[in-house]
Amino acid sequence: MVPITTMHYLVVAASLFVLGVVGVLTRRNVVIILMSIELILNAVNLNLVAFSRMWGNLHGQLFAIFIVVDAAAEAAIGLGILIAFFRNKETINVDEIDLLKW
Amino acid sequence: MNPLLNTGAAPVATPFFFYLLAGAAILSGLLVITRRNAVHSALALIVTLLSVSGLYLMLYAPFVAGVQIIVYAGGIMVLFLFVIMLVNIERVSKERQFNRIWPVGLAASCALLAVFLAAFTKGKDLFHDRPITLPESTNTQQIAGYLYGEAGRIGQYTFAFEIASLLLLVAILGAVIMTKKKI
Repeated sequence: MVPITTMHYLVVAASLFVLGVVGVLTRRNVVIILMSIELILNAVNLNLVAFSRMWGNLHGQLFAIFIVVDAAAEAAIGLGILIAFFRNKETINVDEIDLLKW
Repeated sequence: MNPLLNTGAAPVATPFFFYLLAGAAILSGLLVITRRNAVHSALALIVTLLSVSGLYLMLYAPFVAGVQIIVYAGGIMVLFLFVIMLVNIERVSKERQFNRIWPVGLAASCALLAVFLAAFTKGKDLFHDRPITLPESTNTQQIAGYLYGEAGRIGQYTFAFEIASLLLLVAILGAVIMTKKKI
């Protein structure tokens, strides 16, 4: 078996990233779109940790921790907006959220 | 003395485990974006997060793996499940799941994947193949040195760490205010 290199991790991360992009672009449910954004952030984190291993320093891992903080803030705000919106319009489909689209 | 003790976690980090974890991550990522029921998507996303955490362990990043499990799988996913239970999923799961322009989105994503793979094959030489083994046993200590500082001096990332705490405070306040009934 070939040994696992940085390239293997990059390909896995690229696949996860593209899966997240497909979810954001094609789904209608806002909750699933937010989960797809989490997939994208995870792919970026995997890249950062793989590069951290490749260069032998810890800066990539520190950036990954900051991105986790960012993901937590983003999830809290996004789900707060979602609850406020659901209370007003009784829907969570993005293509029915078109008040600003003229 | 056992020679395996000196090589850290190398005996565990076999190619078999890498392919297992990567396959689990990608398969459950596929489930996340295709399931009709949002609760099933959330559970599949938890499997993805745990697999990625295992990949972090294979990359000699135990602290990031722990943060991934505690913050993502333990905190953020519970938040998601709460919100899924709060909004009405019965009606949504009976409707059309994909929007009208989904072929365009799928084609654009395939183009993005092609760009990634082309960049990886063209630039293969940039990613050198001799990963330096990071000291795993002092990983958390070194990260703390960067975040909090060590030996009486503030760390390289201490200021960014404080800003991150401010960001979390703002996010909490925003979430609380937005979900209030009357502002």
